[in-house]
Amino acid sequence: MIVAESKPIKELLEMVKDFKKILVVGCKGCVTVCNVGGAKEVAILASTIRISGKKEGLDVVVGEHTLERQCDPEYINELKDVVGDYDAVISIACGVGPQFLSERYPASKVFPGVNTKFMGGAVEHGVWSERCAGCGTCVVHNFGGLCPIARCSKSLLNGPCGGSSNGKCEISKDVDCVWDLIVTKMMEQDRLGELIEFQAPKSWTTARDGGPRKMIREELVK
Amino acid sequence: MDDFKPQIVAFCCANCTSSAANVSHGMKKALPDNIKIIQVPCTGRIETLHLLKPFEEGADGVYVAGCQADSCQYISGITKAAKRVAQVKDILEGLSIEPERIDVFHMSAGKGQEFVEVADRMVNTVKGLGPVLTA
Repeated sequence: MIVAESKPIKELLEMVKDFKKILVVGCKGCVTVCNVGGAKEVAILASTIRISGKKEGLDVVVGEHTLERQCDPEYINELKDVVGDYDAVISIACGVGPQFLSERYPASKVFPGVNTKFMGGAVEHGVWSERCAGCGTCVVHNFGGLCPIARCSKSLLNGPCGGSSNGKCEISKDVDCVWDLIVTKMMEQDRLGELIEFQAPKSWTTARDGGPRKMIREELVK
Repeated sequence: MDDFKPQIVAFCCANCTSSAANVSHGMKKALPDNIKIIQVPCTGRIETLHLLKPFEEGADGVYVAGCQADSCQYISGITKAAKRVAQVKDILEGLSIEPERIDVFHMSAGKGQEFVEVADRMVNTVKGLGPVLTA
């Protein structure tokens, strides 16, 4: 999933301080799963803004709406009859959401309510960890199913650097050295010899380095 | 400020805290009349939004009274509630509202005196802070 975190409330309130009618829009996709942008969080943020408004003596109206997804135009369309009633829209979807809202409703002032962090998963309740860098050419099969691009601080493809110590990366004792994990996994599967094979420098043209990406599947295009 | 009577909402668990309330009743101890009690089956069910709504509706303070951390019959109810109270403290601080306006208290079933003392303490704390909302 795409993992995000709420923006600090002070930063968010500063963004919308000039508006009296605010629509908070959530998303039932990834940000619901990582507990930052679903219906529950929409209600919490809306309540927080209302409390702030009352504290400041302002008559602030806050609407709440949670879309099935903010990354599909048909769901964005659901707001067409309500979005015009508001001076500002706060999207608490990932970074895709506020952009799709801005594109669909060009007259609306749209603000991001979360900071999008990474693609990852829940390693335990309340803890998420990065797993994919979206490089566009998956190679995890060469590394025991683990991704050295996303999970090695240097994205090394031919073994660990000198900063690997006791299974941890030198950047933090809280960060596993993925190369330690890879070697351990390959030993467990009796495949250590496969790591001898030289991995040529990766082409990053399929990654973000190749510029903004687009994917077209002709069989689906109307 | 002397005539300010803070409105306080107390979320109380139906187990230890309600037993403590019964004991206090037997002791002829009365809660301040500006405390509104909301009884919940377990404080672990209290969501962040439940703790924010009273402030939105004009309350000046909120507290959660539940079991001791090691005696919750649902294992971790009061521990979860304490984390949500901490989250709301952060939210209030972000709004420049005193985080002392919300708190969590652990209570044994027989502590009738403590049930009333906690309420009095909360009233005094919030009274010292004054009203939270201007509108």
